[in-house]
Amino acid sequence: MALDSKIPAGSLAEKWSKHKFNLKLVNPANKRKYDVIVVGTGLAGASAAASLGELGYNVKAFCFQDSPRRAHSIAAQGGINAAKNYQNDGDSVYRLFYDTIKGGDYRAREANVHRLAEVSVNIIDQCVAQGVPFAREYGGTLANRSFGGAQVSRTFYARGQTGQQLLLGAYSALNRQIANGKVTMYNRSEMLDVVVVDGKARGIVTRDLVTGKIESHSAHAVLLCTGGYGNVFFLSTNAKGSNVTAAWRAHKKGAYFANPCFTQIHPTCIPVSGDHQSKLTLMSESLRNDGRVWVPKEAKKGLKAKDAASIPDTDRDYFLERKYPSFGNLVPRDVASRNAKYVCDEGRGVGATGLAVFLDFADAIKRDGRSVIEAKYGNLFDMYKQITGDDPYTMPMMIYPAVHYTMGGLWVDYNLMTTVPGLYALGECNFSDHGANRLGASALMQGLADGYFVIPYTLGDYLATIGWKDKVDTNHPAFAESIKSVTDRQEKLLSIKGKKTVDQLHRELGLTMWEYCGMSRSEAGLKKAKQIIQDIKKEFWTNVNIVGSGNELNMELEKANRVADFIELGELMVDDALNRTESCGGHFREESQMDGEALRNDKDFFYVSAWEYKGEGEQQALHKDALEYEFVKPTQRSYK
Amino acid sequence: MKLTLKIWRQKSNSSKGEFKTYIHDHVSPDMSFLEMLDVLNEGLVKKGEEPVHFDHDCREGICGMCSLYINGRPHGPLQTTTCQLHMRSFKDGETITIEPWRAAAFPVVKDLVVDRSAFDRIQQAGGYVSVNTGGVPDGNAIPIAKKIADEAMDAAACIGCGACVAACKNASAMLFVSAKVSQYALLPQGQPESKERVDKMVAQMDDEGFGACTNTKACEAECPKSIKITNIARMNREYYSSMFTNYEVTVSGGGD
Repeated sequence: MALDSKIPAGSLAEKWSKHKFNLKLVNPANKRKYDVIVVGTGLAGASAAASLGELGYNVKAFCFQDSPRRAHSIAAQGGINAAKNYQNDGDSVYRLFYDTIKGGDYRAREANVHRLAEVSVNIIDQCVAQGVPFAREYGGTLANRSFGGAQVSRTFYARGQTGQQLLLGAYSALNRQIANGKVTMYNRSEMLDVVVVDGKARGIVTRDLVTGKIESHSAHAVLLCTGGYGNVFFLSTNAKGSNVTAAWRAHKKGAYFANPCFTQIHPTCIPVSGDHQSKLTLMSESLRNDGRVWVPKEAKKGLKAKDAASIPDTDRDYFLERKYPSFGNLVPRDVASRNAKYVCDEGRGVGATGLAVFLDFADAIKRDGRSVIEAKYGNLFDMYKQITGDDPYTMPMMIYPAVHYTMGGLWVDYNLMTTVPGLYALGECNFSDHGANRLGASALMQGLADGYFVIPYTLGDYLATIGWKDKVDTNHPAFAESIKSVTDRQEKLLSIKGKKTVDQLHRELGLTMWEYCGMSRSEAGLKKAKQIIQDIKKEFWTNVNIVGSGNELNMELEKANRVADFIELGELMVDDALNRTESCGGHFREESQMDGEALRNDKDFFYVSAWEYKGEGEQQALHKDALEYEFVKPTQRSYK
Repeated sequence: MKLTLKIWRQKSNSSKGEFKTYIHDHVSPDMSFLEMLDVLNEGLVKKGEEPVHFDHDCREGICGMCSLYINGRPHGPLQTTTCQLHMRSFKDGETITIEPWRAAAFPVVKDLVVDRSAFDRIQQAGGYVSVNTGGVPDGNAIPIAKKIADEAMDAAACIGCGACVAACKNASAMLFVSAKVSQYALLPQGQPESKERVDKMVAQMDDEGFGACTNTKACEAECPKSIKITNIARMNREYYSSMFTNYEVTVSGGGD
């Protein structure tokens, strides 16, 4: 199938306005005749469900947590970008667009990113009107701060809890529609399949996680707003429940998966403390404004933070400042992460595991005084102390990179529709706006842009085209078939009764992905990883042990269902990384570098990889969706 | 570390629960409390026993999904969420009792998992500003004093975990409800519906079976996000003022 990104013709700045005019509308009186399913209630899902309910559609929304308010958007700390230019410092829609394209290392779509920058200003207005308590100046206007990858101050924030406040804003709008009867909410409900009839998405099959009941829901369209797949690495900054299952089941039903190997590794996370580690915690990137990153020049095995002061300055290697004198400790996330890995690979890492580098505030405290540092970073220092037991005011922090965000996801066209008509993907679960690397404070922007300001227009066009009579009832045999396949799989999982726990196998997968498909990737390593993943898959389906039954709350079964999909996704990520023999953004192929820096190859890889599922055990087919840049000229990024 | 755990086990809402004792000798002081339970569960699964079910998700102290009543205190000995509590807060050899939130409005689902959907229903009753997507004024059109915005943010920081209810001898939800009422009562955007909002949210709170507030302040003492009981005072004021005002508007006729 040839991919049609449906990017409208015309000048960049007018594409979205013209497109909105050309989209078909659904008569207000007819909207109530349409049913829409929204899976996931994070920023993208909650904002989409609320906005569509307001328009008059009948919405069913699903989340696997006990409440829509738990979605992992809630954990975003830093802020949300918008081209308001409230600071009079030269910002504009075009500048936000340009920064995002460049930050993504020229692997995002121009038209999508420009639309994102355009609607960014509406998002702030909308959230303020909902009562989101953004930070304010003394005069009562909205406050801004600057963030990585930008030279203007355009980030809006609510303390270190911006994601929480934006999500609670969207949750409140969702609640209003639940109260109005326009949205029916299904908590503790997990999507296990998309039902496709006559080539169109017609509904989903879910499992009620409390009773275990497998249920069918039909609709005119299905929106997946199910987040990223960082947990394929087992350890990541994602929530424990974050998973790829909904997106992966959609992929198996015909939705192409785009750029799966584009993952973002965040440089400043708290290092792993032992085998019991269940997740990793991010420390805000802002710490690199004042902290200096270093390791000893000579390896010092097991060096503890409390003994760091005993290493004289002359014996320290401030490696980022040394290699990148102009950007120093403020190089982008991908560069900072890779260099931390290099020094640890050389054996110069610190801490009990040797997989950590110091982030030292001693100089900043000496220069500015403790009270200044406390005012800037007090809550982060407290959080660090609570988790590690070390006091960063008196000794350096230890940090190490961790998986944070996935730029890849389901392939969508300009209307956010996947390759399955009627099936849409919004927010982190699509691939479209961040290219090969996401800039700070743009994930929240994209989730809300898709939900509040894109899908309410583009979905209407599809619905008006098919008409309200074009719906399939849950009595259709396709639903029964889907229920059978979901139930069979569940019974198979429960019947294995092997010797390994789900977490054990998930950890093995994660370690493999981290080692060979993490910060640095090579052909030999990736080929090895593919073999290991196939072995893990075999082991999983013959030796996993799940206690309990399918008709009750069974969290081991939930995990097993998700890990089975992560294993298959892991293999596709490796295939994608093997195919892309260039380095770009977060994807670093060791074979493609110049003077130790990432080397992009626009001649051969100026495209989005879109993978088509070909059946169990079959090699997936690669489709190349060519990127066309009319306005920006790609250049090699340099931070030296 | 070696610990003795007394954990509440309950197969389902309809079955009878009981404490079971587990000896856990694979505990490191660097583990979070939930990681300690993960390791316990891994051992149970290997033995073919059902793991202890508990709610959790972000493990960063912000989603509000984790709970646990630990040694008689919601979220344990520190004023933080259970996911941010580490085993170094306990002594080697200690006995730890772990229970679910205990409140009639939070029925047990299984083991340590409870149903907090009552909180969602209270929010649905009025925890929003009635504004549709689009057609709103510019973000800077209405200036808001920094002090007011900060105070609204203090209230809005509530994570909806339910520790306030679990801490309260009456299982009152006043701190939770008042945090949302306060956020909107402070901000200009919340004013048009302030009276209706407090009335409906309080009515829903009562319908759900939460108890009354007697100003014991246990909720404030245990809240992992330091939500203050001044919010309760503000909600009471809002509530009484709504009682004396008729906010309902009757519309008759249709225009031209």
